[in-house]
Order: sequence, then C-alpha cells, then structure tokens
Amino acid sequence: MQYMLIFTEPTEVFARREDPAEAPAYWGAWSAYMGSIAQAGIMVNGDGLHPPHTATTVRVRNGKRDVQDGPYADVKEQLGGYVVIEVPGLDAALDWAAKSPSALYGSVEVRPVLPPPAR
Amino acid sequence: MNEGDAQQAAETAARGSYGRLLSLIARSTRDIAAAEDALAEAFARALSVWPERGVPDNPEAWLLTAARRSAGHVRRHLGVRDAAAPALEQVYEAMHARPSPDFPDERLKLMFVCAHPAIDESVRTPLMLQTILGLDAARIARAFLVEASAMSQRLVRAKSKIRDAGVAFEVPEPGDLAERLEDVLAAIYAAYTLGWDDVPGEARAGDALTGEAIFLAGLVVQLLPDEPEAKGLLALMLASEARAKARRTADGTYVPLMAQDVQLWDGAMMAQSEAALRAAAALRRPGRFQTEAAIQSLHNQSVMLGDVPARALLHLYDVLVRQSPAIGAAVARAVAYGEHAGAEDGLARLDEISPDRVARYQPYWAARFHLLQAAGRRKEAASAHAKALELTRDPALVAFLRSRLSKAD
Repeated sequence: MQYMLIFTEPTEVFARREDPAEAPAYWGAWSAYMGSIAQAGIMVNGDGLHPPHTATTVRVRNGKRDVQDGPYADVKEQLGGYVVIEVPGLDAALDWAAKSPSALYGSVEVRPVLPPPAR
Repeated sequence: MNEGDAQQAAETAARGSYGRLLSLIARSTRDIAAAEDALAEAFARALSVWPERGVPDNPEAWLLTAARRSAGHVRRHLGVRDAAAPALEQVYEAMHARPSPDFPDERLKLMFVCAHPAIDESVRTPLMLQTILGLDAARIARAFLVEASAMSQRLVRAKSKIRDAGVAFEVPEPGDLAERLEDVLAAIYAAYTLGWDDVPGEARAGDALTGEAIFLAGLVVQLLPDEPEAKGLLALMLASEARAKARRTADGTYVPLMAQDVQLWDGAMMAQSEAALRAAAALRRPGRFQTEAAIQSLHNQSVMLGDVPARALLHLYDVLVRQSPAIGAAVARAVAYGEHAGAEDGLARLDEISPDRVARYQPYWAARFHLLQAAGRRKEAASAHAKALELTRDPALVAFLRSRLSKAD
C-alpha cells in the first residue's frame, strides 16, 4: 500500500533552515532520513516545501476568485513537506513516520493514498 | 442437559466459532464489515437452531457452509454486498481440501487489530465485543450507556479505518508485543469494569459484560500462554467475579467487601483465579494486572481468615501505583493506608493526587468522605459526601452512601 507521510513543523522550526548555526543539523537530519527511505527502496515520491509565509491560498466562491496571502489556516504547526512510500501496511508506515525528524518536534500525519480507480 | 444449559452451550459455541470464522475471512481482505455481513445470517441461524438440535460436531464448518449458502442467495437477489464472498469461498475451499477441517485460530490477530493504537481508544472495546463475540451494536450501546445509532456509527467508522488505512492482521513482533498487548488487555478490562463505580469495595450497575470480558481474557491466555499479564488480568477478573453474588443483598443493597457472606462466594472460580495468578508469577515478569490480582487474592483471604496482612497489602499497593498510572490505583492505595495506617495517613495520600484528575471521579470523593469521617473531621466529611453523591449514578450505591452518613449523625 502507498501512504503519504505529511510532515508538519512548528513555525519556529522553519527559521532553523536559514539559521547558520542550526541549518546544517536541520538539513543533515532530513537528508539522512530521506536517504534511508530511498535506500529501503520504498520511495514513491516526495518534496520539501518552502516555508508557510510563501504560501498563497485560492478559493472560488460564486464564480469569484478569492486569493489570500498565507496558508489555508493560521495554526501553530504548518506543512513542511511530504513523502509517499510503498510499504505493506499501516504499522510499517507508522514506523517510518516515527523515524522522521519532524516526529520529534512537530508531527507526522499518515494517510493511505487512494488507489487509481478500477476500470 | 436442561434447556438453559443447552441454550448456554449453544451460545458459547456459536460465539467461539463466529469469532474464529470472522477473523479468518477478514484477515485477507481487512474488510471486517463485509465479513460480518457474510456471517450475519448464518450466525443468527446458529443461535436459533443449535439450542434445539445441539451444537454440531464441527461448528465452524456448519457456520461456513450456512454463510456460503446465504452469500450465494444474497448475490443472486441483490448482486451487491458480497465484498467478502471471494474470501469466504477461499476459506471454504481451503477447509474442504483437508481430510478433517481444522480451522486455524486467527482471533488473536483480530484482537490486535481492534486494539491497534491507530484506533480510537473509546471504540476498541466495542469493536472487540462485536467482532470476536458477535454482540450486536444495540447490546453494546446499552452497556456503554450511549444511543444505539451513535454506537453503530462509531463501529462503522472504525471498521472502514481498519480496511482503508491498512491495519494489518498480525501478531506484533516480539519487540512490540508487550506494549501492544497492554492495549488489548486494557480494552478487555474496560469491558469488565463497564458500569462499575469502581469504589474500593466495588459495586456494579447496569448491563454488565463481565462474562464476555472473562471469555476474552481466557482466549488471550490460551493463544499467548507465555504472557503473564494476560494471566494476571484473568486472575483479577475471576477473583472479583467470584464475589458477584455476595455483593448485593436480595433487595439490591450494596454489601462492602468485609461484610460479605463468604458462603456466597464462588469457590471454583476463586481457585481458577489463584491458579492463573500462580502460573503468571512463575513466568517472573511482574506487571500491573498481576499486582491487582494479588491484591484481590489477599482481600479474599483476609475476609475468609478474618485477619488482614496489612504490611503485605500496603506493599502491593505501593508496587501497583508504580506500575499503573490509573487514578483508581492511587485512590485504592490511599484507602488501604487509611484503613491500616490511620485515617490521616490515608488522607495525606489522597492529597498527593493532583486535584484536576479527581474533580469528577466519584471513588475519590467516596474515599475522601470515608477517611474524613474516620478522622472525625465531620464538616469536611459532609462536603465530600455531597460531592460523592452528586457523582454517583447507581441507586444502590446512593443508598449505601446515604446510610453511611446517617450512621455518622
């Protein structure tokens, strides 16, 4: 089965990415983690995302487009990246989620990916 | 065998085979709801036919054949709801390829699915009661004091999560087993304590599921014979259940432990409890349920001998609060200290519990009332008493608490 691991990080953690003192450890942890997923041969795809302040949110209501600066919800933890992995079941997906850097300071939501519609 | 016994034997057999077959069919598809649909008619038929005609020699084979027949029927008439049909067929063929169909028991895997950490804690026990024992949602809802529709909805949601999120039908790896087993045992114990206002001294209200809980614990013991905590849980529930008849008078009045008529205790059940506890201890891995069972065993012996080994009892309570974070354990310990080391000592231990954890916890206020009264602090006792009454649902327990206050006046 395929699962998306959705990594959310507290707002202040996004600042570490740019901080000269903290950035090496931050990126080091992530590349080690993504490397281990690739090495296990379970990677389907995945990306890191620019911080939430770069987000733009769009809604169309009554045919009118409403564009707003910022992420869809102003909450303490924000989406930082995701990865889709192919593993036998939920337990394996949870194990991989627990190994991620953001499990330690943020959280990881695990969702099964819908299979393509049967024809 | 009289009629009641025949009914009982048929129900026990039907429940046993139902869970075995359901777990076998649901294992490959992870689709519990579909497996339930496939078995529902056959199970209902078994419950009505077996008490009259007797339990068949191979109850699983009987149920499977009946389910296969009704699945074919449903397919022809509706053309839908047969998501489990291929699995049903597969199990049927596998079983009939053997000279004597001996059904593998996959119920343990199903129990681990029901109590999986990804399943909301409040629905684990209902899920287990429904899938392993075939209890219907309305019966479960009554025991949990919720609307039948609300209970059905929770169960349906949990089953689709299991199917869609890919919760595997597996016994956890040895490294995870102890932790995951704790969840299974906690879900079973929750079925047992349902409707108890677990005052140290015990009372029970409503539609109890104690027999069901004991059956489930026995099943875990049988399928995981090397796990001492499963044996501990079984011993704990048996030790308490053995006193069931002595807990109320004929008119329903609650009788505290020390005043119970030992003649009304179930000696065979108590012996089973002791045997389970000894077998658990022999495995030399202590745990919360074993300690609680040891405490119950000591209580039972104290009442029979008329003498409480206070030091041993207090020691067990000290061990218990280190093993179990439950408030019930901390309150019971305070009561034991109050009884054997003085009321003020007990009160001091009640004060160690953080106030926000006990604001709505009836046993805490009942214990507090009891200890304050024993310490002669009557004004404070009265206000604790009012609080305890306010939080009590069970009328027999309300009557008991009232009588305690009037005695003090």
